Amino acid sequence: MHPIVTLVAQRLALGILLLFAASILIFAGTTILPGDVAQSILGQQATPENIANLREALGLNDPPIRRYFDWLFNALQGDLGTALTNGRDIAESLGQRLSNTLFLAFWAAAISVPLAIFLGLVAVRYKDRWPDKSISGVTLAAISIPEFLIGYVLMYFIAVQLGWAPSVATINDNMSVFEKLRAIALPVTVLTLVVLAHMMRMTRAAILNVMQSAYIETAELKGLSGFQVIYRHAFPNAIAPIVNVVMLNLAYLVVGVVVVEVVFVYPGMGQYLVDHVSKRDVPVVQACGLIFAAVYIGLNMIADIVSILANPRLRHPK
Amino acid sequence: MDQQLGYLAAQVTVRAMSRREFMGRAATLGVSAAMASTVFASAAKASGPVKGGVFKVGLQGGESTDSLDPALAHSTVPFMNLRAFGECLANVAPDGSLDFRAAESVEADREGKVWTFKIRNGVEFHNGKTMTSEDVLRTMERHSNEEATSGALGIMKGIESMKADGDYFQMTLSTINADLPYLMADYHLIVQPDGGFDDPAAGIGTGAYTVEADEPGVRHRFAKFANYWDDTKGHFDAVENIVLNDATARTAALKSGQVHMIDRVEPKIAQLMARAPNIDVKSVSGPGHYVFVMHVDTPPFDNNDLRLALKYAIDRREMVDKILRGYGSVGNDMPINAAYPLFDDTIPQREFDPEKAAEHYKKSGHDGSPIVLRVADGAFPGAVDAAALFQQSAQAAGIPLEIEREPNDGYWSEVWNKQPFCASYWGGRPVQDQMYATAYLSTADWNDTRWKRPEFDELLLAARGELDTAKRKDIYSKMGRMLRDEGGSICPMFNDFIDGVSTDVQGWIDDPNFGMMNGLAPQKCWLAA
Repeated sequence: MHPIVTLVAQRLALGILLLFAASILIFAGTTILPGDVAQSILGQQATPENIANLREALGLNDPPIRRYFDWLFNALQGDLGTALTNGRDIAESLGQRLSNTLFLAFWAAAISVPLAIFLGLVAVRYKDRWPDKSISGVTLAAISIPEFLIGYVLMYFIAVQLGWAPSVATINDNMSVFEKLRAIALPVTVLTLVVLAHMMRMTRAAILNVMQSAYIETAELKGLSGFQVIYRHAFPNAIAPIVNVVMLNLAYLVVGVVVVEVVFVYPGMGQYLVDHVSKRDVPVVQACGLIFAAVYIGLNMIADIVSILANPRLRHPK
Repeated sequence: MDQQLGYLAAQVTVRAMSRREFMGRAATLGVSAAMASTVFASAAKASGPVKGGVFKVGLQGGESTDSLDPALAHSTVPFMNLRAFGECLANVAPDGSLDFRAAESVEADREGKVWTFKIRNGVEFHNGKTMTSEDVLRTMERHSNEEATSGALGIMKGIESMKADGDYFQMTLSTINADLPYLMADYHLIVQPDGGFDDPAAGIGTGAYTVEADEPGVRHRFAKFANYWDDTKGHFDAVENIVLNDATARTAALKSGQVHMIDRVEPKIAQLMARAPNIDVKSVSGPGHYVFVMHVDTPPFDNNDLRLALKYAIDRREMVDKILRGYGSVGNDMPINAAYPLFDDTIPQREFDPEKAAEHYKKSGHDGSPIVLRVADGAFPGAVDAAALFQQSAQAAGIPLEIEREPNDGYWSEVWNKQPFCASYWGGRPVQDQMYATAYLSTADWNDTRWKRPEFDELLLAARGELDTAKRKDIYSKMGRMLRDEGGSICPMFNDFIDGVSTDVQGWIDDPNFGMMNGLAPQKCWLAA
């Protein structure tokens, strides 16, 4: 078998193992949370009798290990159970939220990744001159400002004063794609500003590193233009670190945008998870945790595999 | 006076008042006939609520865990949803009287023990079935059932038996209660087909709007129910309750015209918001209040002198000015204010008095160790700042307060009603009896001050059976004074309901029962043509 296939298979197996380990951690974490599901659901309305009734109805009196294996077995069959709090099917409501999250992440990534790489290339080409300095300055400033503040500032100027885009990014199935895109214009802008600097700086650093090599000098001596050298010779050899940082940022766009979701009232997974954590809705928290873990592990695995494929030395081991 | 004139005009607009009545009542406000006439004309021109349009409401207090099951509702968004698609036997009207909905009238026997509701004819559920007294009975049975874990369970406890008979629904109480019809106005008790036993969260009711989209934590959309029985209510084609938990997002949505109405405007921005040309800020005083609660059975709070020392050591006016920014009124260490019927306004107001506080503190013989006050941001808006103000004013009286900051997460399960001294809030109840029975009766689950006085309980029961309102008012006054002078609750302030309303919205009426016109804005308002 080709060593690459073996390698990919190995990575996949490791990823799945890691996912199981994560599920145990998630379960243990949710079990030791202080407070009681029944109490949290009922809030101030709780009386000892209705707490006891609810605990019984929710099956909270079973031992935790049994609950874990029951859940894991069902999850493997695609059945994530029903939410303790409102009795809805988790897979169904989660599916909707997940697709919303991926929709937002996709458009943020579709704009920010090419933009970051392009800006990185430009910065290298005009290293230490004004384009480099202004690109670095602006993107670093954007990453240094807390995302909710950027959100509020954009909301004030673009939504309230100019009325170009809505401040509430609620989307639903009845909207056309164009309406949806208009609705998410502001959150996508904020997310782009937040992830841009990290990817741009990494691209710049990785390519500059390669630019020190002797073969770049050769390319220049061949008479290639600045951009051609960077694009044809330096960039392919800098892919590994760039892919790594791009994947990290993609993972962030999927699992870490709860603040932006709250500010723009976007119906994604972050807010869904937070609501259920505060109600101690263990099955939902576990399901969300598992999906987040899968996204993280999956994207990192892709980064790993891509950097192996991009590196001839790893592709053809002696 | 402007406000009152506005209220009268609104009454005209909703056709609740004739021109003659309007002119008469305006005259008592000292308005000239000419001016009153102009106001009447402009109100009447806007009159005849305009039908149609989509009414969008931005609300806090909605989560992706919410359900349409009326029994499980306990925050604002589920409450507004129930209001949209369901109706109770009656609502409490803004003036404190009863506005009958699913019932047409109610009668009690001479004792006040057997209550008979006449059920309204020709009311249809959204599934096409006609509402009967049997549905009402089953609804009440479900909320009395422990398994339903209803928020109205406490209300249903005093009921001995119920029966449905033709157009009538009858309740027999175990003890006399003159306020029973008010209890039936509890928002959980909307009538569901067969009481909602088969599918409690189906969202089928008799309200003005039917459920069109139900996305918990995001939005809930309702369409006008064509067969709704009351033509004078429910003017919109559709109503959308949009969950906007973040205060800034709520404000921005109203300002940019994405919603017509928002709730819980933060006091600190209310004044700024009122300056915007297309927004009115409606501040309505109600029965909700913020408290610091002490367990009267736990040292050192079992000493009334110490309790009095703390009550004198709090500067209520400063709290209203700084925490509520003037959108509220001072409390008097009892849970009742003028928003309640039968309130006795002759009970003297307790003022900040460091000397008296020091005197009582000395008399209490407290050893001088710091008194721990537990507080979290979620206890009430501005709770941590209020505790800091309390600490400073107490210091002026030589009382050492120590603030222990708790996380919001788990505050209501781990701190409130468990720790001897902490911050909390009450939303208030439509009548005094219900407020006292919820939090100050010896046997109440939510007796968060551990106030257990047989003589207080006896007064409460006596008031329930007292049909002479003057005598009843007297008893409530006595109970209020008891709590004020000996109780464990330090009540610095009553908070107003502050809503932001677009000027496109007409038909607003101040309702002291709850914000958003007691949740009935989607029924009573309309959009300017």
